Amino acid sequence: MRLISARWLGLGAAFLALGLVPPASADDLPDIVITIKGGHFVPTEVPVPAGQKVKLIVRNQDSTTSEFESSDFHREKVVAPGGEITVYVGPLDAGSYEFFDDFHPEDRGHLVVK
Amino acid sequence: MLATLIIVFREVLEAGLVVGIVMAASRGVPRRGLWITGGCAAGVLGAVLVAGFAGEIASAVEGVGQELFNASILLAAVCMLGWHNVWMSRHGRELAADATKIGRDVLDGTRPLYALALVCGIAVLREGSEIVLFLYGIALAGGSSAASMVIGGAFGVVTGAAAGAAIYFGLLTIPLRYLFGVTSWLILLLAAGMASSGAAFLAAADVLPSLGNNLWDTSFILSEQSLGGQLLHVLTGYTARPAGIQIVFYVATLLVIGSLMRVFRHVPAPVRETGTPVRQLAE
Repeated sequence: MRLISARWLGLGAAFLALGLVPPASADDLPDIVITIKGGHFVPTEVPVPAGQKVKLIVRNQDSTTSEFESSDFHREKVVAPGGEITVYVGPLDAGSYEFFDDFHPEDRGHLVVK
Repeated sequence: MLATLIIVFREVLEAGLVVGIVMAASRGVPRRGLWITGGCAAGVLGAVLVAGFAGEIASAVEGVGQELFNASILLAAVCMLGWHNVWMSRHGRELAADATKIGRDVLDGTRPLYALALVCGIAVLREGSEIVLFLYGIALAGGSSAASMVIGGAFGVVTGAAAGAAIYFGLLTIPLRYLFGVTSWLILLLAAGMASSGAAFLAAADVLPSLGNNLWDTSFILSEQSLGGQLLHVLTGYTARPAGIQIVFYVATLLVIGSLMRVFRHVPAPVRETGTPVRQLAE
């Protein structure tokens, strides 16, 4: 898994060099980690700075597949068991934005933007 | 089991509606069943492959591979739907007018069925890969409930497909004279909605700016998570809290396909003579 990721990262770097992925500043964004554990998001209330783009990292520590999804900030992304994904969000206005696990719909949380 | 059924049903619903509309839009075309079944079968195969490589796709291109992949296939489907509609605006009237049998066969033979087959394949692939991942996750977790959940999943597939069949047979009750006009509108809205979803994925990948995250909020009237909201989302691209870039893509798709349909609209001059040799080549 790690080897394959490294290869793709290399490919990503090649794309970057070709200028195919414009926002090179993506890695300067603040990282915010959300973990899926025991069928729950940890934390369920995630503080996020307003008016700023952020990088959410969602880690799935459960043995079932999850889909991190939000109708409030339009994201949906599958998270494999034991895997992690990156989701860029924002800039968002102050407020509360719900997200959920589409494969376990009772599992919910909020981005608290302020 | 019920939870699994509902989750799988909601995934299958989208693909089911797309296939139902495409089937109605290609009513009376010879070999369309073969093409569309082929498209769906390729979609299932693709879904298994995509699910198998989900980890690799997700971590590709700096971790936004999944978004770029989704956006690409959605926008490919938009092009195919647009192409179909432009073709129909050129030849649809002759089909609907039920011209001489030979003339109809000629038109049917040149019809871009591969475009529709590809659209079905993409719809099945997108939703199917999520179902495969979901059910695989359950199977992997094992336990006594796994079997009942797989049964729930199977029922979900059946009910979702039934929804697709319902829209198909519903559309067939429309007189042939109006049917292709209606399906062209449905396909135009379908394309605009897919373009809007594709734009959301491109914004998620940080390739495009979102241009405002919630231009308006109608979730208090119709939530996208409700069944009605989801139906409207699939059919017209309804989004309760749309981002600016989604509106841009939605309107641009309507305008571009709409004006191409107008530009290439059927001219009453005899088209049939030019059509015949093409058919002969195809045979």
